[in-house]
Amino acid sequence: TLLPSPLLIMVASSRSYADFTPEKVDLHRLEEGPPLTATLTREEGLKYYRTMQTIRRMELKADQLYKQKIIRGFCHLYDGQEACAVGIEGGITLSDHLITAYRAHGYTLTRGGTVREIMAELTGRRGGIAKGKGGSMHMYTKNFYGGNGIVGAQVPLGAGVALACKYLGNDQLCVSLYGDGAANQGQIFETYNMSSLWKLPIIFICENNQYGMGTSVERSSASTEYYKRGDYIPGLRVDGMDVLCVREATKFAADHCRSGKGPILMELQTYRYHGHSMSDPGVSYRTREEIQEVRSKSDPISMLKDRMLSNNMASIEELKEIDIAVRKEIEDAAQFATTDPEPPLDDLCSHIFANDQPFEVRGATPWTKLTSTS
Amino acid sequence: MLHCWDGARFPPGGTISIPAKEFNLGFIRPVNSVSHGLRVFTCPLVNVRDALNQAMDEELERDERVFLLGEEVAQYDGAYKVSRGLWKKYGDKRIIDTPITEMGFAGIAVGAAFAGLRPICEFMTWNFSMQAIDQVINSAAKTYYMSAGAQPVPIVFRGPNGSSAGVAAQHSQCFAAWYGHCPGLKVVSPWNSEDARGLLKAAIRDDNPVVFLENELMYGVPFDLSEDVLQKDFVVPIGKAKVERRGTHITLVSHSRCVGFCLDAASVLAKEGVECEVVNLRTIRPLDVDTIEASVMKTGHLVTVEGGWPQYGVGAEICARVMEGPAFNYLDAPAVRVTGVDIPMPYAKILEDHSVPQIKDIIFSVKKVLNM
Repeated sequence: TLLPSPLLIMVASSRSYADFTPEKVDLHRLEEGPPLTATLTREEGLKYYRTMQTIRRMELKADQLYKQKIIRGFCHLYDGQEACAVGIEGGITLSDHLITAYRAHGYTLTRGGTVREIMAELTGRRGGIAKGKGGSMHMYTKNFYGGNGIVGAQVPLGAGVALACKYLGNDQLCVSLYGDGAANQGQIFETYNMSSLWKLPIIFICENNQYGMGTSVERSSASTEYYKRGDYIPGLRVDGMDVLCVREATKFAADHCRSGKGPILMELQTYRYHGHSMSDPGVSYRTREEIQEVRSKSDPISMLKDRMLSNNMASIEELKEIDIAVRKEIEDAAQFATTDPEPPLDDLCSHIFANDQPFEVRGATPWTKLTSTS
Repeated sequence: MLHCWDGARFPPGGTISIPAKEFNLGFIRPVNSVSHGLRVFTCPLVNVRDALNQAMDEELERDERVFLLGEEVAQYDGAYKVSRGLWKKYGDKRIIDTPITEMGFAGIAVGAAFAGLRPICEFMTWNFSMQAIDQVINSAAKTYYMSAGAQPVPIVFRGPNGSSAGVAAQHSQCFAAWYGHCPGLKVVSPWNSEDARGLLKAAIRDDNPVVFLENELMYGVPFDLSEDVLQKDFVVPIGKAKVERRGTHITLVSHSRCVGFCLDAASVLAKEGVECEVVNLRTIRPLDVDTIEASVMKTGHLVTVEGGWPQYGVGAEICARVMEGPAFNYLDAPAVRVTGVDIPMPYAKILEDHSVPQIKDIIFSVKKVLNM
């Protein structure tokens, strides 16, 4: 009874859908942009709300576990940017493809991963989505190619996936994400060139959260209009804190690709509440006031919640119940992630080669002979 | 019984393969192969370039997911003509000319492999792979491991490696040691046409990233290929070295063009009564330590020969492995390496000639190791 259901009406809703006008869309080499109105059904609204809240709570739990030293190494949190991952998924399908950089936990979820296996990967356990071999930055699901640690490298990879889509003629596309920090990488411009030449079905998405690590966009980029940086590639810039704006822009971009017109570039203006990673308090290069201002005025979850409440699409109690359910899901997942055993040592050398005979791997000494299996 | 000029005899009903260059020397009596019941098959002479070309052609035909991309591979017929004729036959979809953007197109190739295609990514020379090395190592080699087996990467990176002739320092580096260092990669280095054909087919059929190191100076060199080798499903297994010449006094281990130099040195040394066993590595990674050890345990002496630089190189690895394994106890002298000179490659011919291992260096080292 806690889950939202179209059949279960907690409150007499006067409306099961609402029309919204996205705030602002900037266009580059496009005559028209996404439609200026968007329709949100109650079902969609509740789904987006739940997913964004799940990402938010999952990231905050990861923060806790990291401070307890149960998660180690790099941990780049996504709280604040939830509308991007959720909105993008709303504009494509799971048979489309997606690749992103290292701030990837939210996408791992929207692309079909479970909170349990994501958290167990962060804590390095055998139940992790990559069996503990990958960690925070290297999580994969079907049609989701990670999680990539090297800034910018994921963009040509995404174009390669798009090339395969075109080669196989399957009408699928690839969404290739990168941040404002990566946006100046040479290999991204190489990818713009080849994608355009070969009309690959790729949506480039720049998640501009204003800071590449500790360097603000003004300090890193001669041009901060990232949606125009594709030059000959049409571009659009939308509010990345508004899940509907993101969804509509993604749908528009997907149509563009699927009609064979080639690549398109989207810039999502968004914000991260945490620092670059868990080792960054995030206040030496920006002010606490700025972070607080974004939280109070532009939080993506609050925005969606307010919209749904003010349009009578859901009741406060209903949303509270979703919150409770999400909290429980996260707690259960965290419990699993902290109690599941670490991977067996037998797994140390496995997964070097696919579809191969087992072979010997040299250990730390010449007498340590280990075995690798596929 | 058919008597051949070199003393060989052939009973009726068999098949004889005659190297093309010896065909005209024929038989003692006029041959009527039909009445003798023999099938006479001439081994064609195939140079390394054509062996690579045929291998790619056959694999492109066999599996629709295979495609080739790189600079000048299509309309130019390949910078070194290795892909000659393929674009005419297969078209734009499968033979793709790229702009001069290695990092970008190597990444695109890896991404295509992620999504289920089987790309062959050509680097015009392996020197240019340094622009793209992050994609080869971090995106290709490590992904199957990081994903705990969820994401295989069936890609071949190929191109000419090592020294050429007069192309100077930036175009002459050998990358066998660099790529051979990394887990998750298979690294192969063919010498002759049989190696080239068999290893390239094996590489394309392998579901893992393979670094395929060719040699420009070998492209034009012809070799006999027997009927077996010309079969469409002929593959040379990756990870297995070949003993090209049996010997008893000393083991020479080499790869790529230097294998030929070792065989030439062996011929010269044979006249002085020294019989060298020449091991053609064929694969740099995984290294076939068993074949090397078996040979060293037989001969008691080891010289490695490579074109690359000495420090942290292929020869260094072979010596370390022999030290750490059972073959050490059979060594009658320290193992020694013959390598390229530890300098950037100069241009002037006299300098270039003295920058690479020559046959006389191999002979000199053998005699030193054998205390002759």
